[in-house]
Amino acid sequence: MDDLNQLLLGFQVALTWQNVLFMVVGVLLGIVVGVLPGLGGPNGVAILLPLTFGMDPTSAIILLSSIYWGALFGGAITSILFNIPGEAWSVATTFDGYPMAQQGRAGEALTAAFTASFIGALSGVVLITFVAPLVAKFALRFGPAEFFGVFFLTFCSFIGMGRENKAKIVASLALGFLLAAVGLDTISGDLRLTFGSPELMKGFDFLVVVIGLFGVSEILLTIEEGLHFKGKRAAIDLAVVLRTWATLPRYWATLIRSSVVGMWMGVTPGGAIAASFMGYGLAKRFSRRPDAFGRGEVEGVLAPETAAHAAGTSALLPMLALGIPGSATAAVLLGGLMIWGLQPGPLLFVEKKEFVWGLIASMYLGNVAGLLIVLATVPVFAAIMRIPFALVAPIILVVCAIGAFTVESSRFDIWLMLAFGIVGYVFKKLDYPLAPLVLALVLGDRAEDAFRQALLGSGGDLSVFFSNGLVSTLMILALLLLFWGPLGDIRRLVARKIGLGREAPLAP
Amino acid sequence: MADVSHPADDSPPASERGISRRLVETLVSLLLLGVSALALWDSYGRGAGWDNGPENGFFPARVAWILAIAAVATLWSALRREESVFVTYGQLRLVAQVFVPLFLYVLAIAFVGIYVASALFLVLFMVMLGSFRWWQTVLAAVLTPLIIFWVFELQFRVPLPKGPIEAMLGY
Repeated sequence: MDDLNQLLLGFQVALTWQNVLFMVVGVLLGIVVGVLPGLGGPNGVAILLPLTFGMDPTSAIILLSSIYWGALFGGAITSILFNIPGEAWSVATTFDGYPMAQQGRAGEALTAAFTASFIGALSGVVLITFVAPLVAKFALRFGPAEFFGVFFLTFCSFIGMGRENKAKIVASLALGFLLAAVGLDTISGDLRLTFGSPELMKGFDFLVVVIGLFGVSEILLTIEEGLHFKGKRAAIDLAVVLRTWATLPRYWATLIRSSVVGMWMGVTPGGAIAASFMGYGLAKRFSRRPDAFGRGEVEGVLAPETAAHAAGTSALLPMLALGIPGSATAAVLLGGLMIWGLQPGPLLFVEKKEFVWGLIASMYLGNVAGLLIVLATVPVFAAIMRIPFALVAPIILVVCAIGAFTVESSRFDIWLMLAFGIVGYVFKKLDYPLAPLVLALVLGDRAEDAFRQALLGSGGDLSVFFSNGLVSTLMILALLLLFWGPLGDIRRLVARKIGLGREAPLAP
Repeated sequence: MADVSHPADDSPPASERGISRRLVETLVSLLLLGVSALALWDSYGRGAGWDNGPENGFFPARVAWILAIAAVATLWSALRREESVFVTYGQLRLVAQVFVPLFLYVLAIAFVGIYVASALFLVLFMVMLGSFRWWQTVLAAVLTPLIIFWVFELQFRVPLPKGPIEAMLGY
């Protein structure tokens, strides 16, 4: 009950005309960011973050999270109308969304996608409303060892649950840690890994890295494809919207299933991308007519969109309650919190009630606003895709350069952005995952501090990480997750070897 | 992700020539090995041991060892993988058409400030890659820096790098 009162207070904070304005502006900007190639959730937020330094933190995060909602909605537009997923998590939406558009049912597909996004995001927000305060309250008892346990769990689950080559995930994580270690060490006051270079003294700012890794590299990848947009036209009118909404209750099972999958994948850092594919796969398996999937089935649009957005939203739960982001975008928002002088973690719920509940309330409002705005403005945003790439690309790159510069007013950072643009391009082409790198870069210092503080407290005794039930559980869970994938691989390998052994005698 | 988001029918025929993926995989692994060697050298130089608790090189050194192991593993699988094309020469030319102007742009920011550099960058990019009428190019090149100036310097009061021309105008 107390939480509900807090939420009502939050609505009062979020409903000032100023914050509503930021919400609308944020959603509109977000849709642009989601529709344009080379801009997406993480770097759209990263580029605009410096602009908010002077703003009140509550308004700032409402603006930024609204950009995130907008980007989530925007990704669906390009997937359905142009068969170009604006975001990796919209890939599964193209499977059935584009065929529907080809059949002239674009309006229906878009309505279904937006509504599914809305339902998914809403289930994520409800989860945050009721679970985040509990988690935060629980986490208030955490000491450095427990926090290191949670960090360790996060990193291990990235490795264990990632679909990429394990060595590449580990390399990406480790690289992020090393980049985070560059610069002044907060505990000893020494300079680390700077090799005498004054530019490296302040370390690598994750915003600059994100803008390079996601923004610049995406432009390079897009041009490589030799852009030729062949979009389907879409007109959404009220009749189409209402007709589509009328059919939705039929798919209640899919919607609930995808929401649950998404929430789970979002809280554990499985990510929106994995969630969308899983949502799609499950819907197909449970469908009465799986053959219709891939040829323009509404359910094939609903399932991945719901799951992706439930995951994207739920990823904010560990960020708010524990200070551990579940996705790259959440990591950027978390970095923002630190820049505004807010220490993310369980204490936030105690010390900055207004901020936290204002943000949660704005998630409800932002999604409602997002749904209405996106339904009303699809034709406008579809038209953005018809602006020639040769005009859009340089403007995006200019905005990236400005974003990189404004973080620290440093010209060297623009060069860093360029360098990380190349790193991002090569890494993406070689299937090195980028999210672990960003996550480690943001969390690296805090994980290390927790590790060292725990050891300082125990006088250098490593058994502090197994000293009580809570921290032992976290560590053991982390190790289980870490070895879950490799153990499965070995089992499969052994099974295949045995299988081959059986087949071999049969071969002539 | 790259394989998923680009459907197979867009990809160039296998016969098209380009840079070997095995080569790039190997190079990246070696670079990562180099990074871990640098980090190890730096960390052990300052002390990466245990002195009543971890010294400040302890954590980076352990991470660097992990990176080294991961890099050796990727190197191993890179050497064993089947040959495929990382990027075709045609694609590489397209990428260079974006990258070279971008490089010149960042270089120019140091000399003429971000506004003039942005205008020049837009012109270069639009002439090289687009087919615009001359007035469209000029309009974009003039309007973009003006809008940026209005948003950043006037509205949000965030100073951006400026050059001699802005100094002449009194900024």
